[in-house]
Amino acid sequence: MSTSYNFTALKTIWIKECTRFLRIWVQTLVPPAITMTLYFVIFGSIVGERIGEMGGRPYMEFIVPGLIMMSIITNSYSNVASSFFSAKFQRNIEEMLVAPVSTSVIIAGYIGGGLARALIVAVIVTVVSFYFVESVTIHHGLILVLTVILTSTLFSLAGLINAVFAKTFDDISIVPTFVLTPLTYLGGVFFSISLLPGIWETIAQFNPVLYMVNAFRYGFLGISDVDVGVAMGVIVVFNLVFFITAYRLLQTGRGIRS
Amino acid sequence: MSTALAIKGLKKTYKGGFEALKGIDLEVQEGDFFALLGPNGAGKSTTIGVISSLVNKTAGQVTVFGYDLDTQLVELKKQIGLVPQEFNFNQFETVRQIVVNQAGYYGVPRAVAMQRSEHYLKQLGLWDKRNSPARMLSGGMKRRLMIARALLHEPKLLILDEPTAGVDIELRRSMWDYLEQINKQGITIILTTHYLEEAESLCRNIAIIDHGRIIENTSIKRLLATLNMETFILDLDPESVLEKQVEISGFQWRQIDEHTVEVDVEKSQGLNRVFEQLSSQQVRVLSMRNKANRLEELFVNLVGKGA
Repeated sequence: MSTSYNFTALKTIWIKECTRFLRIWVQTLVPPAITMTLYFVIFGSIVGERIGEMGGRPYMEFIVPGLIMMSIITNSYSNVASSFFSAKFQRNIEEMLVAPVSTSVIIAGYIGGGLARALIVAVIVTVVSFYFVESVTIHHGLILVLTVILTSTLFSLAGLINAVFAKTFDDISIVPTFVLTPLTYLGGVFFSISLLPGIWETIAQFNPVLYMVNAFRYGFLGISDVDVGVAMGVIVVFNLVFFITAYRLLQTGRGIRS
Repeated sequence: MSTALAIKGLKKTYKGGFEALKGIDLEVQEGDFFALLGPNGAGKSTTIGVISSLVNKTAGQVTVFGYDLDTQLVELKKQIGLVPQEFNFNQFETVRQIVVNQAGYYGVPRAVAMQRSEHYLKQLGLWDKRNSPARMLSGGMKRRLMIARALLHEPKLLILDEPTAGVDIELRRSMWDYLEQINKQGITIILTTHYLEEAESLCRNIAIIDHGRIIENTSIKRLLATLNMETFILDLDPESVLEKQVEISGFQWRQIDEHTVEVDVEKSQGLNRVFEQLSSQQVRVLSMRNKANRLEELFVNLVGKGA
């Protein structure tokens, strides 16, 4: 199919995805704002004042990038997982399967939807954070932007893979509950892993979310528990692995073709 | 005239070993209105699924307007518009979003899709509902929405899987008229249906599939010509049969009530002798009709033999 055909199909999927999460904005955009405000109030204002500094920064400033990244991860993931599974469940995924849309375009369209929602939520959370920190500085804009795009892409792909395997709506909440939340909480959102004792600091380095949170924190504050180059490398490698997995699953029709 | 659809040796075995298609050969010519009939589970929907690439085939070859399913899938898909048996659109999207998005998947620019959506939604009587979520539509409207959706990228081959299932008679007739109209405009149509009357009145050619095999593939005319006997119901003028004992000799016949008779007529016999006998008894025939759908009778015979 020609480039213009692919572009039209990609734009269509992206518009459809954005229309979907904007139509149900009360379910998609409001909850992250409320949850993150609570995090800022409880962990930042109330507990944070007693903690003082972390990584050489006031605790509130330290957790802002982590909380924004947490929103990006959960929203990218849940947007694609729920949208793709609904399409599978209602069988309207067939609309795309019977059309000459390439697998890459389908994946890119869903990633585009996940990325759009993640960016809107990230902006909302950033605006909320203005009420709790005196100033928001950007240390390295390019790292910041790259980390947002690559992390959102990665978790959109993860949501897509989850939706392909899911057979019920319960199946798309298992991974966020039992995998995503623990990884995020233990991924350095609320603390520096240098605080962890011996072996636990080493174990924490196997958590991929750690690299995303720290790369993003570096973009904001210029501080990181891990080497930023290594962090970007880890994110890119995970993206490649997840893209190839998602591509193969869709190409072979796993869960969507008989 | 070219071949719209050619299927050779098509086989499909599902996981678990169920053999849905056991080597199907089928050809549909361009411009045809073709019926694919068969009992439930015969393999109709699997065949359509393979053609539209929703089902992976096990063996065989499928070409649509010369484009091969295995090597020219993109071009093949562009030729086909599919109206599936079950509603498979997003119930929360509006009517117009559904058709415009579908066109977008086929690479139709949004501005063009918007224009076409007005045309097709008006033709199918859905224009007033364009901004309504699909879940708010009646069953008949949902069926028409799926037809509009399948036509928006202007396919050359329209495949309809049970398009009038659960649709009331009036709406069914209007859908038939519409399908006939677009067929005359050049769109090749393949239809599966349980309403044999539908196949008889709409289609020119027919294939009957049973247990994953094509058991008949011919023109409807030729198929009906193989029927040896037809049953006619005659409504007699009540006054002309008053206190009379009606007699029809040389035919199998039954008296249904005082002024209705049912007569089995073999092709070689003709109806004249029935009328002659009734006239000689001063019995007037007010009206006459076929008892059963002729195609239905043939279908039952063929499927019965195949079982």
